[in-house]
Amino acid sequence: MQHNIWLYLLVMAGVTYLIRVLPLTLIRKEIKNQTIRSFLYYVPYVTLAVMTFPAILEATNSMWAGLAALLVGIALAWLGGSLFQVAVAACVVVFVLELFL
Amino acid sequence: MKQENTAWFRKGIHHGTPIALGYLAVSFTLGIAAKNAGMTAWQGACASVTTVASAGEFAGFQVIAAGASYLEMAVMMLVINARYMLMSCSLSQKLDPDLPFFHRLILGWGITDEIFGVASSVPDKLNPWYNYGMMAISIPGWTLGTFVGIAVGNVLPAHAVSALSVGLYGMFLAIIIPPARKNRVIAGLVAISMLASFAMAKLPLVSGISSGMRTIILTVVIAGVAAVLFPVKEEQNAA
Repeated sequence: MQHNIWLYLLVMAGVTYLIRVLPLTLIRKEIKNQTIRSFLYYVPYVTLAVMTFPAILEATNSMWAGLAALLVGIALAWLGGSLFQVAVAACVVVFVLELFL
Repeated sequence: MKQENTAWFRKGIHHGTPIALGYLAVSFTLGIAAKNAGMTAWQGACASVTTVASAGEFAGFQVIAAGASYLEMAVMMLVINARYMLMSCSLSQKLDPDLPFFHRLILGWGITDEIFGVASSVPDKLNPWYNYGMMAISIPGWTLGTFVGIAVGNVLPAHAVSALSVGLYGMFLAIIIPPARKNRVIAGLVAISMLASFAMAKLPLVSGISSGMRTIILTVVIAGVAAVLFPVKEEQNAA
């Protein structure tokens, strides 16, 4: 069966958009239930931590450069580095280390 | 009010710059996947500007390459992008309840891992213009990278792509580590989440689960248990 690429793209974008927009438009009030509120409060921290590790080790050509970027990133963020500083520092660590590894 | 929106928009552009650079690097490789699926540069750019999802688009291009049905495409998107539903629920609580409908429609388009992460780090209520600033710089970066990736292949040396792609993870760390320093529960959650994620990626039986699914399972379980054991008191919520 012959498929149309534009139709594929429409399905792709349509389903993805609905997933993203439905909760935002349907949940218009503040949720009062404390357990649900607490769950949603913790979601970003857990999600971002899960997505960072071990993926950061696989994003780089050398696993060790990824590990170094992770440690430097944690240390700099702990010391109060801004979003931009931590992101750039992680890149620089990998760039420099991979010159040698 | 107007001035406040402009200030948030500028701040969004500023914080969106590292996102855009990371996207540029990642989307070149995405473009190569799109080319292998037989897509033109315009089709790839169109896919990126409308879907704005890395793993989702990679998977989608595979579906296209395989010539699978439209239904399979829909199910694939539902599974691989389901984490955005959790993010959207979480973000809904950061919006002013009176925020007009059209703002919610635009915000939904730009819920990516990175934009969601940065938007979550705003204390108190979220001004939508902050997200618009991030979207205004990062979505063009994502789209342009895909277009160029298809048109001329990966123009950056592998070394540079490798370095740029950790920038996004650096941002994630900058978002989760400072609150972890102040709050022991969050610190514990971050550590447990990373260990559990590592275990699930490496252990037999569960290592076959896709990274998107892994994110959903671990988020629901870990944040769910934490919500029951350590309910957040109101005044803490703004932290």
